[in-house]
Amino acid sequence: MIEVSNVSKRYGETLVLDEVSVQLPAGKITSIIGPNGAGKSTLVSIMGRLLPMDAGHVLVDGLDVTETADDVLARHLSILRQENQIVSRLTVRDLVAFGRYPYTKGRPTVEDREHIAQALSYLQLEPLAGRFLDELSGGQRQRAFIAMVLCQDTKYVLLDEPLNNLDMKHAVGMMKLLKDAAAKLGKTFVLVLHDINFASCYSDHIVALRDGKLAYQGTPEEIMQPDVLAEIYDLPIDIHEIGGHRIGLYFT
Amino acid sequence: MRLALAILAILGLAAVSLFVGVEDVSPAALISQHADRDALLVLLASRIPRTLALVLSGASMAVAGYIMQMLARNRFVEPTTAGTVESASLGILVVMLFAPGLPIFGRMIVATLFALAGTALFLQIVRQIPLRSPYIVPLVGIMLGGVISAVATFLAYRYDMLQSLGAWTTGDFSTVLRGRYELLWISLALTGLAYIAADRFTVAGMGEDFTTNLGMNYRKVVSLGLTIVSMVTAVVITTVGVIPFVGLVVPNIVSLALGDNARRSIPWIALAGAGLVLSCDIIGRIVRYPYEIPVGTVLGVVGAAAFLYLLLRRGTRLA
Repeated sequence: MIEVSNVSKRYGETLVLDEVSVQLPAGKITSIIGPNGAGKSTLVSIMGRLLPMDAGHVLVDGLDVTETADDVLARHLSILRQENQIVSRLTVRDLVAFGRYPYTKGRPTVEDREHIAQALSYLQLEPLAGRFLDELSGGQRQRAFIAMVLCQDTKYVLLDEPLNNLDMKHAVGMMKLLKDAAAKLGKTFVLVLHDINFASCYSDHIVALRDGKLAYQGTPEEIMQPDVLAEIYDLPIDIHEIGGHRIGLYFT
Repeated sequence: MRLALAILAILGLAAVSLFVGVEDVSPAALISQHADRDALLVLLASRIPRTLALVLSGASMAVAGYIMQMLARNRFVEPTTAGTVESASLGILVVMLFAPGLPIFGRMIVATLFALAGTALFLQIVRQIPLRSPYIVPLVGIMLGGVISAVATFLAYRYDMLQSLGAWTTGDFSTVLRGRYELLWISLALTGLAYIAADRFTVAGMGEDFTTNLGMNYRKVVSLGLTIVSMVTAVVITTVGVIPFVGLVVPNIVSLALGDNARRSIPWIALAGAGLVLSCDIIGRIVRYPYEIPVGTVLGVVGAAAFLYLLLRRGTRLA
């Protein structure tokens, strides 16, 4: 379980997170939704100890993220931010292999090689394994980053907009892959998602932020309500039940 | 296998370097009946030290350039475009002014400290630049270097030391003799250390977030890298002077061919750095035979051309 207690964060004068407290269940997919500037990415970055917080604390499986040793935490929790610019020329295989670094410190065993091969195959990257990152399309690169994080094989995985740059096929493939990993391997995913319908179809739990505050949280059924969504997004959203899923329509 | 071939090529160049010069030190002269005592002396006291110095400084400066590029996450950074070299030179000047009796080792330590401070300042400035355009970063470094070297020039001018300043700001191996280059072995040890820590530098090259995510302390990696770069630069400058462009051109070319996974690329960077400096020194000795052109000058020409080529070739892909 990830326990976020009273977390606040300011950038200069702006309060981006205002005493957010929320508990995210283990072994499930939690999606964080909300309009631009609601503090979603900031919250996820703080959970993944990439950003310091001004107040509050975050426990992952009982480990305080600001106090636990870096390499210990790296075997429990992995995080991928939204924008990742890598200037160095690494091959996809090299990048994914570095996901094993917290375990191997650079000396991969047979088991590590299996993890690497598996991560490449889950994300259908085998044909691209020998390519350099700067020779890939945005979507291919995004899949390579996610393969690296999955290769890290941590119980908790935080992904900020994992569907960035992915086409429809790969976006659906990605969400199915995550759902599978949560169900079969007991992994906990925390995703920042922009598309409420992906959140509705694939999450177990949805956390909605607005203006740096926790607005709502609950199951997809509880969140995918016209009045709830209208309040979160300040936009009228019709909800339709299609194929057993609640789908929001807001295009017109 | 390919690495073995490359090592052979470097050994070949080193052999050429041993036998090029005003004094005839051909293998024939060495083993001939009436073995020329002078030839042997020149070989042992001058040619071998010179060749070793070329190999050691070339290899270590190239690897230092790679480390700088990973730490600054910019392809166009190396000790001469990051204020490192100018700071180290200023350090040597300060020693000459205030503690002229300090042994060469002490001079090297002071130069290292100055280089550390200058390079750390550069990285600090680079972190503050909101728009991290690939071209702004080396420009900032060159400007910072310009400011530091202006201070050095002013001091040197005031105390009538411009000529000595010139001596270590242009790399020159013609004065390398036995007993005056051994400090360079430190740079070999540092290069070895860089190879041991290779994965850390690759990861640091991915950025602070990736480094933290993989369970490493980014600041520690940066400190280690800065220490290696500053010390290598200081050692090389105190013994032979500034060797420009090696740290820029070599890692870039190796990166194009092999990528940036340090575990794989550092041996190649070291070999290619040694090869480039050896070749440029040999050229410098042959062009105006029997006179010499300092290797720094040859490298300036060769390196600037290669730099322009890289700039134009890669420009579109860097952003």
